[in-house]
Amino acid sequence: MVTKKESSNYILQNARVIDPKNGVDAICDIGIENGLFADPSKISNPKKIDLKGMVIAPGFIDMHVHLREPGGKDKETIRTGTMAAAAGGFTTIVAMPNTNPLADNASTIEYIKTHCEESACVNVLPSGCISKGSEGVEMSPIGGLKKAGIVAVTDDGKCVQNHELMKHVLIYSKTFKIPVLDHCQDSFLAEGGLVAEGYWSTIKGLRGIPVASETIMVSRDIILAEAADWKVHIQHVSAGASVDMIRDAQKKKVKVTAEVTPHHIALTDECIKDYDTNFKMSPPLRSEEDRKKLIKGLQDGTISVIATDHAPHTSTDKLVEFAYAPFGVVGLETAVSICLTELYHKGFLSLSDLISKFTVGPAQVLGLDIGSIEMGKKADLTIFNPDVSYTIDADSFYSKSRNTPFNGKEVKGRVMGTVVSGRFVYSMIDGLKGSF
Amino acid sequence: MTEIKWTRKDLLGMEDLSADEITFILDTAEEFKKVNERRVKKVPALRGITVVNFFVEPSTRTRASFELAEQRLSADIVNMSASTSSLSKGESLLDTAKNIEALQVDILVMRHAASGAHQFLAKNLKCAVINAGDGAHEHPTQALLDIFTIREKKKKIKGLNISIIGDILHSRVARSNIYALLKLGANVTIAGPPTLLPKEFEKIGVRLCDNLKDAVADADVVNLLRIQHERQRASYFPSIGEYASVYGINRESIKYVKKDALIMHPGPINRGVELDSEFADGKQSVILEQVTNGLAVRMAVLYLVSGCLKS
Amino acid sequence: MEDKIENRLMDAKAMELAIERLASKVIESFPGKELKSMAFLGIQKRGAWLAQRLYKRVFAMSGNKPLIGTIDTSMYRDDIGMRKNLARILETSIPFDVNDRNIVLVDDVLSSGRTIRAALDAITDFGRPKTIRLAVLVDRGGREFPISADFVGMKYSVPQEEKVHVCFKDHDGEDIVYTTSRKES
Repeated sequence: MVTKKESSNYILQNARVIDPKNGVDAICDIGIENGLFADPSKISNPKKIDLKGMVIAPGFIDMHVHLREPGGKDKETIRTGTMAAAAGGFTTIVAMPNTNPLADNASTIEYIKTHCEESACVNVLPSGCISKGSEGVEMSPIGGLKKAGIVAVTDDGKCVQNHELMKHVLIYSKTFKIPVLDHCQDSFLAEGGLVAEGYWSTIKGLRGIPVASETIMVSRDIILAEAADWKVHIQHVSAGASVDMIRDAQKKKVKVTAEVTPHHIALTDECIKDYDTNFKMSPPLRSEEDRKKLIKGLQDGTISVIATDHAPHTSTDKLVEFAYAPFGVVGLETAVSICLTELYHKGFLSLSDLISKFTVGPAQVLGLDIGSIEMGKKADLTIFNPDVSYTIDADSFYSKSRNTPFNGKEVKGRVMGTVVSGRFVYSMIDGLKGSF
Repeated sequence: MTEIKWTRKDLLGMEDLSADEITFILDTAEEFKKVNERRVKKVPALRGITVVNFFVEPSTRTRASFELAEQRLSADIVNMSASTSSLSKGESLLDTAKNIEALQVDILVMRHAASGAHQFLAKNLKCAVINAGDGAHEHPTQALLDIFTIREKKKKIKGLNISIIGDILHSRVARSNIYALLKLGANVTIAGPPTLLPKEFEKIGVRLCDNLKDAVADADVVNLLRIQHERQRASYFPSIGEYASVYGINRESIKYVKKDALIMHPGPINRGVELDSEFADGKQSVILEQVTNGLAVRMAVLYLVSGCLKS
Repeated sequence: MEDKIENRLMDAKAMELAIERLASKVIESFPGKELKSMAFLGIQKRGAWLAQRLYKRVFAMSGNKPLIGTIDTSMYRDDIGMRKNLARILETSIPFDVNDRNIVLVDDVLSSGRTIRAALDAITDFGRPKTIRLAVLVDRGGREFPISADFVGMKYSVPQEEKVHVCFKDHDGEDIVYTTSRKES
């Protein structure tokens, strides 16, 4: 997917290399030759880069990104979205299919792949719709979509309400080894809802989305996944009660996995008290109790993936009455810093555990052999400094959009370099220039 | 008595006001009520000030009340609604408001169906913003006139038992009243169909009642909210008929209400639903006084908000 | 910001004398029965306090009680929207018919004349008085409008940068008139 450009050979020295899949956590050298990992002692003409004080991890994977192309180019394009991914430390992203036209057919997938070849600077893995038109009525041509190159199916933004259809989708997808990702939402309970149902929705006179909207569909998915013996992945979990259900199901060996967004583990519904649309997303931010339970879910492994649900919207779109603003916030360029600040520095997760949520976790859900450092593999790396502090500035984003809930936030930990197939697509390292 | 002064350019809701500020508005309204009772019902206080009544969500009574208040203050008035503004042409609210402001408008009185719309505008506009109702969030002038009426009749607010009955979940009148009454030290009880009674209000000190009898038992004031017919369709409760028999004030339920309790309603009344005619027009009812006081309260709010225009 | 006291203009004794002077002038101007039908209208808030004192003095000196009311001029001011904050509007209470009435407007200090202008507009919204006269304790100069007082306690020429304060025993604890330097806030 990545444009072929000239690559150099490197030896990255003195950094702490953490590769959770292979149980590595040590200060050692990493060799890159011809875009692949190589034995540092055997590389010809390597550029030696001293990365003392930094951490090197396998290239991070974000399995929930809205690139908006085709059809939403004022918000984001494949080019700007992948630049944002690179700046955020991500070497692989899974593109959501709710573009315009929807990715519910092979030709749209072809279009996306072609454009990624031309303009994406990180690896883009397309996903396809679960149902035709995301209408939730008829299955989309999952076999054909797989042939065209999808890695997963999802109706993200919407949720299949017809349980019989969902049952069939799970059974059918198993044949093609395509995991089913679900945005769990009961459309009746969530209808017209703007924020989490609770104290703040009551005080502020905003229609609330009850926890039940999510948990009812989570339990539906667990039941059907168990029956089909296939993988269902719960996207952007927001409620503590969902985590409890998923944990119990996992104990029974049901193939259910879950992801959480950085904003859900960092923020609560109190943030909506000034009606700032940069805190309006679906699922909504929930209570402090929910937030704590999400973090517990990360700690005990119930939630194995952190994914941003990067959802760009123009300022024109967001600068309206709260009720009329679209749901969603960007996340690619803040995810790593927010997670380091809220999860690592606050003592909830070790660096290795945190890194696994961006590498091992998503790779397992997608069933792909990525997210680790092994000789001969494509050299995708995320390099970060866990201790440097800075203030998040939305105006400096590479994304076309600025709708972040974290503008102005002081964070500790920063991505310093992103390597895709042996090329530095992003670098804040002294003397090393990145090029998207 | 602390000599507090008014410094706000906007009136967005009761949530932001202190008890002293609420009392300040009520005291100011007392003087404006006198203006409405004398022969020359006009003062030059807002002479040269331009007020735009922007009722994005339509209203007849509140709008008429504001218009009259503005006239009595000698202001220049422009009326706009969603259909007569460029909102109907797809212009955003912010653009519409900024265009209004560019006409050198001093005060924007707005009613909007989206909660938080006023906060959004007040942040982005230099002119004064008065909230005439934002979604289900607040209707500050209604709460002010309700409390003015209670204070006039009962001579105090602190320690009074006030019961608000109806669809609390969707009611901005309920919220504004609750926030203000709690700040002034009243005991607030809410009651209505349980599907429309948010438990969360208990967290701020409101008492919830699941039946009308207990709700009105010791009440000094019973404030009945208008039940909207759309709610019925949205499956919150079975029918208007059922609401009337379980939560309406009628010959049966009036027995539970103290003889000296005030009966209030923001209007318009669904006679026979929230309230039977004989009690709407009866001795305990202060519903018409609410309307009269509404005018005085709105004059007070317009006067105060205009005092800080150029700060 | 604390204002610095510049000058003491009147002590309690001087104030009492000035009020007595005002009272006798009023009694002189409204002989016989006219005194009983005449009305003091005190401008809130210190004009109202002064009107109370004048009213008592006139009664003590003549045995006759004129009428008395208060008027707040906030709604008639000409500086709407130019001030940083608004003070509470105090009570306007006119328990008599203004029509065909001899009214004596009472204020503590006469300076620019704008307050009096506002008071005149306010009174005429209540009816058509026969006459309106003005009684002030202190005329400190600095007129911006063509207004003059008919009954003056004391005349002083106070520099522009100074503000005149009148305090009353019954409300402020002591009878005193002093000036402070106005600090630009």
